[in-house]
Amino acid sequence: MATLSGQCAIVGVGNTAYTRGTEQTTLELHLEAALKALEDAGLRAEDVDAVMPNEMAGTLAEDFILNLGIQDLRFSSTVRTGGASFISAIQSACLAITGGVAQCVLLVAGRRGYSAQRVSKTSEGTMAPMPVMQMMDEFERPHGNTVASQWFAHAARRHMHEFGTRSEHFGMIAVACRRHANANPSALMYTKPMSLEDHQNSRMIADPLRLFDCSLETDGAAAIVITSAERSRDLRKAPVRILGVAEGHGDPPNSITGKRDMTRIEGLSRAAPHAFGMAGLRPDDMDCAQLYDGFTWITLASLEALGFCAHGEGGPFVEGGRIEIGGALPVNTAGGLVSEAHVSGANHVVEAVRQLRREVEPARQVADCETAVVTSEGDFHEGAVLVVAR
Amino acid sequence: MTTTPERPKPSRTDLTAPFWDAAAAGQLVVQRCLNCGALRHYPRPMCPACYGTTAEWHPLSGRGEIYSYTVAHQAFHPFWADRVPYVVATIELEEGVRMISEMPSLTPDTVSIGLPVEVGFEPIGDGLQLPVFRAIASANR
Repeated sequence: MATLSGQCAIVGVGNTAYTRGTEQTTLELHLEAALKALEDAGLRAEDVDAVMPNEMAGTLAEDFILNLGIQDLRFSSTVRTGGASFISAIQSACLAITGGVAQCVLLVAGRRGYSAQRVSKTSEGTMAPMPVMQMMDEFERPHGNTVASQWFAHAARRHMHEFGTRSEHFGMIAVACRRHANANPSALMYTKPMSLEDHQNSRMIADPLRLFDCSLETDGAAAIVITSAERSRDLRKAPVRILGVAEGHGDPPNSITGKRDMTRIEGLSRAAPHAFGMAGLRPDDMDCAQLYDGFTWITLASLEALGFCAHGEGGPFVEGGRIEIGGALPVNTAGGLVSEAHVSGANHVVEAVRQLRREVEPARQVADCETAVVTSEGDFHEGAVLVVAR
Repeated sequence: MTTTPERPKPSRTDLTAPFWDAAAAGQLVVQRCLNCGALRHYPRPMCPACYGTTAEWHPLSGRGEIYSYTVAHQAFHPFWADRVPYVVATIELEEGVRMISEMPSLTPDTVSIGLPVEVGFEPIGDGLQLPVFRAIASANR
């Protein structure tokens, strides 16, 4: 049977500085990250024959043709699953390469998430609601249920009600991410330590989610380059093999309110068996996990959805340093979207690649890292799962 | 001159207009499939259970309970600047569908999952009314 497993590899990664404040446009950020990823791979812009522009950035394939001088773009597609788009786009890229349509795919994500498109200001008109949010916009915004922190707060509260999950569990995730960020000079929170007490004292945003449960509105972009496994062997650095990739969707996909089970992240729980099955690996085989963490509750529920623990047991799972460097399953080893940066989740894929290449600071290098699982999660539990290995 | 910020208005469409027309008349309705009888909300043109494309707008009891909630401590829209902290609940109606409602009758200390609620209607201008739920005192249950 045909499979995507092992057919493609990530051959280059790159990112801009992550900042809160920038003079660069979103497109300029994308072009900088793209050139860095191509340089990392030892490729030139003229080698690119496919581009996957990111939905939330609003860039177009034409932007990349115009600015990178791409002469023969053979494939382009934009996946519209919000925060899940980046890994869903990796799946599309692998399909295009394996199907012989393209040979060298560039994926870029991120935006002026602090200087322009601030998610916390959505309701004040800094961003138009995405099409999938039409019903939320009509039926929930008039009630003051206006931004992402509020939407996911309902789910987090229900999880606490059903399973006894506590704010301290969210705090343990935030603290683990912060410790990792404190060893990562590129992280926005590099110089800012955080204790569990600090987390508990941080101001409430949308109860039960506190300030330190929320991801960072960031200016920046990150990019990766994917080629066939065969071609990857001749490039500058050791390829990171894509062993499994899959996407899943929300039920329903247009609100949290109508969820069949509000305590689950069903897009990821649907995608995970496909991604792990394709890779021929199990969650227990993963040496680290880079989990899309718009909010700490998402991280907790993602651990459940991927099968690292049973549904409802995410709280106890994160206790005792299990998810920190040196623990059984280091999670978000660059700091995650809550402490490194939020560039539409692309930085999680970049971090997995650098961990597998042994390119990160020794203090946050996962020992003997051979495998990693990465997630993207967006809109109302659209999800995508990537399993990679050295 | 400063103006008082207004509550965001629902962006009604042809698909959803009957919901808002009923609300303006003091009635809470959701779509009911004319083919299989399944209730659905939010509105959509096709029944995902039987693919029926005809639906009626079915009156609900207006009673339910709080399925989950959040308390906003930050105003994400100017209308709520003087209303924080305010409670927003996910309501599960007796008939099984869910809706969002601001809960002006509840505070962070009085809101809880499982609390029985019933619908009321708040005029929000332009002839529109918003279905807003309130807690039912347990003696009235």
